[in-house]
Amino acid sequence: MTLLHWAIVSPFLFAILIPFLYKVLRNVHTGWFVLLLPVALFTYFFQFISITKNGDTVKETLEWMPSFGINFIAYVDGLGLLFALLITGIGSLVVLYSIYYLDKKKEQLHNFYVYLMMFMGAMLGVVLSDNLIVLYMFWEFTSISSFLLIGYWYHRERSRYGAQKSMLITVFGGLSMLGGFLLLYLMSGTFSIRELVMQSDQLMTEALFLPALLLVLLGAFTKSAQFPFHIWLPDAMEAPTPVSAYLHSATMVKAGIYLVARMSPVFAESSVWLWLVGGFGIFTLFWGSFNAVKQTDLKGILAFSTVSQLGLIMSLLGVGAAALHYSQLDENIYMVATLAAVFHLINHATFKGSLFMVVGIIDHETGTRDIRKLGGLMNFMPITFTIAMIGAFSMAGLPPFNGFLSKEMFFTGMVRVLEMDIFNLDTVGMIFPLLAWVGSVFTFIYSMILVFKTFTGKHQPEKLEKKPHEAPLGMLISPIILASLVIIFGFFPNILSERIIAPAVASITPSLIQEGHAVKAHISFWHGFTPELFMTFGVILFGILLYLLLPRWRKIYSWIPERFTLNSFYDGGLIGTERGAYNFTKGYMTGFIRTYLVYIFSFLTAVLLFSLWFKGAFAINTDDLAPIGVYEVAIALLLVISSVTILFAKSRLTSIISLGAAGYTVSLFFVLFRAPDLALTQLVIETVSVALFLLCFYHLPPLSRHEERMRFKLGNALIAIGVGLVVTLFAISAYSTKLFDSISSYYIENVYEEAGGKNMVNVILVDFRGFDTLFEICVLAIAALGIFSMIKLRLTRGKEG
Amino acid sequence: MKTKTNDVILQTVTNVVAFIIILFSLRLFFAGHYTPGGGFIGGLMTSAAIVLLLLAYDIKTVATILPVDYKIVTAIGLLLAVATSAGALLFDVPFLTHAYDYFHLPLLGKTSLHTAVLFDTGVYLVVIGVTMTIIQTIGVSE
Repeated sequence: MTLLHWAIVSPFLFAILIPFLYKVLRNVHTGWFVLLLPVALFTYFFQFISITKNGDTVKETLEWMPSFGINFIAYVDGLGLLFALLITGIGSLVVLYSIYYLDKKKEQLHNFYVYLMMFMGAMLGVVLSDNLIVLYMFWEFTSISSFLLIGYWYHRERSRYGAQKSMLITVFGGLSMLGGFLLLYLMSGTFSIRELVMQSDQLMTEALFLPALLLVLLGAFTKSAQFPFHIWLPDAMEAPTPVSAYLHSATMVKAGIYLVARMSPVFAESSVWLWLVGGFGIFTLFWGSFNAVKQTDLKGILAFSTVSQLGLIMSLLGVGAAALHYSQLDENIYMVATLAAVFHLINHATFKGSLFMVVGIIDHETGTRDIRKLGGLMNFMPITFTIAMIGAFSMAGLPPFNGFLSKEMFFTGMVRVLEMDIFNLDTVGMIFPLLAWVGSVFTFIYSMILVFKTFTGKHQPEKLEKKPHEAPLGMLISPIILASLVIIFGFFPNILSERIIAPAVASITPSLIQEGHAVKAHISFWHGFTPELFMTFGVILFGILLYLLLPRWRKIYSWIPERFTLNSFYDGGLIGTERGAYNFTKGYMTGFIRTYLVYIFSFLTAVLLFSLWFKGAFAINTDDLAPIGVYEVAIALLLVISSVTILFAKSRLTSIISLGAAGYTVSLFFVLFRAPDLALTQLVIETVSVALFLLCFYHLPPLSRHEERMRFKLGNALIAIGVGLVVTLFAISAYSTKLFDSISSYYIENVYEEAGGKNMVNVILVDFRGFDTLFEICVLAIAALGIFSMIKLRLTRGKEG
Repeated sequence: MKTKTNDVILQTVTNVVAFIIILFSLRLFFAGHYTPGGGFIGGLMTSAAIVLLLLAYDIKTVATILPVDYKIVTAIGLLLAVATSAGALLFDVPFLTHAYDYFHLPLLGKTSLHTAVLFDTGVYLVVIGVTMTIIQTIGVSE
């Protein structure tokens, strides 16, 4: 393991320490210890800038399962580094903020920071893995840790609902994405993203290309809350505010954006990609901003605003894909879209992060987030007000903040769609600038609502739970830092452009970068009187107008009745599935083991018979049969007798003993055929199970040979005979057909050489096929836990009732 | 047990035999790499010894003699197996790669030491934990 690998897994390792720190040093807020790690990681990753600036990359391989092509390849390029810096940078600020936000006496801090660290490690893993399967593993880790964080206040019903919703939607997407990755593997034979990029031209021609593209996009869209999957994000706001600032604006929701950017070189040349990514993005921008205006909860507004901003970045990545169709880098006018995407990604993290923290402060100091109760806070919290204004104006796209610059570039990118002569963009492409403009107007409106409804207007102290006052300094540090960044990036955008943005863009469009050329990422404040500038004027003009007339046109939000919203579809679907599954299960679960055995055995017989017949595999080969000795005949007879005894035994004791006898006889067979390991295992198992029977012998109800109906008995007899017949046929056929050479010779030759053991069975168990054993003991443990909890549950219920 | 039975013979025999079984199971476990045995069988055999104790005495008595939470035994076993497998990663080799070498140890002389034994210990503990968890919960339930 290299330092880079350690850096990625260090949050996980650190998470193990947190509960101890929490217990031992109760007087110190646990967050102070946790803060050290993201700061250290940020400094560590900061040094990579000098490497990626020149277009170089770092790749460290750790072999994990090389035979499956699954290796932990840590890979740092411009894009990965940008995200790593965001994750650790915003992570540090959020941890600092949370120290003041979460009370060390009232909250379960050890849980909180364990989840947060798990999440940070998972996120780093997602953005710094070159292997798709490893990426997928970390991806699901982010879903799980986000689930735990959203449900952090688990005694609240809304928290549990939000956690479940985000989990269901993102894990559904994650599984689809896994499917997409597997399809990519089938086509290319590799899980490495870089190798996939190299094969992208050939992949385009494959039949599975489109399904793979769709499945991967499904993963990205669910994670990044694109329409119609955005419904989980507003409910995720039940999480503590530091979590919302971190996961639901700056990092996790951007994993989908990361995935789209990362997979762009593989898929982007397809028209489907351009239309889906661009189209869903631009519509999400519109829909999110439109719905944000109707929210009354500050965090609700921010949630929908995040949805819309994610849509914005997504649409830019979609349009940016067009750049690949115009190959000259130097005068490629579509590169601006990708540039804007990367730039806005950074800007969004700064202003939205600070806004979430501001909302957290308001919530903390007044006890509510409802804009109908708030107002006039300006006089009480001047610093918070200033931060909120900077953040919100940047979000609205006003100069001189960084949001203005990326918003202008966004408009540029969208306007240039009209000049494209591919994929019908010259005609239908009109919707891009149109929706972009309308969405921006709504963005302007909700940004204004956020600031002015909260901080100006009439103060209503009677509706607030606490008397408002300025937040403590510690709580203000993080938002102040972020707000300063908003201004610094606004005035000096080029401190980012060469070092961070250009390398990131270069990793999104590698095919356009030739030797000696670099992405030009100079961002300038003044573009002249361009259409973009007039669009901005229009946004401000219409925005102010609509904001002032808000009460007049607010009614349009009630046009869509409640039962036709996406949320009610989700809820309905959930209830429907639950009821359907319940009814279906009730249909065949009778509560009698004999019924289940009938299902299992009849299915087994049918499937085996069918496949034997279908494959024509039935064969009897009598060429090299070993002679049957007297012992074998005797033991077989014994076996038959003991089995038949079980059937007709009148008392339970007899059947238990005959069952044991049958088992011991089988183990005799193992002894005869030189399988001492099996024989030993069988003997011990028989002993233990007979003992177990005897142990609960007293408690079993008396054996009632109650008369079954004749038909049932006949059916059972048929199934029993069928199973016997099929298994016998199967065994004979398996013996008679030898498609491959026996693998045992390999083991015989290698057991001593490779594993230094002489007992082949044991060496196979612990070494050659150790993976199987590992999973087997997992299954065993799960089974034991299952039995334990079921019996314990029944016991307690019995006591209560 | 509902009826009070005369278990003197069983209990006396058990007192001696249980230890022999446990010793034998340990032997089976350690010899596993070269002769029949190993984690699965060793674990089962140990559980068999405990089951014998359960039969001769009752669950409460055995619980006072062996105050072990078998769920935790299972967890430790799983942890050990996973840790051994993952430990390979520290040495830059794939997951679950084992290592062995020969050493001269006091008393034992030239012996081979395997990391596979650690993995097998995990299996051993899981098997004991699982078997005993199941048997105990079923036994206590009535």
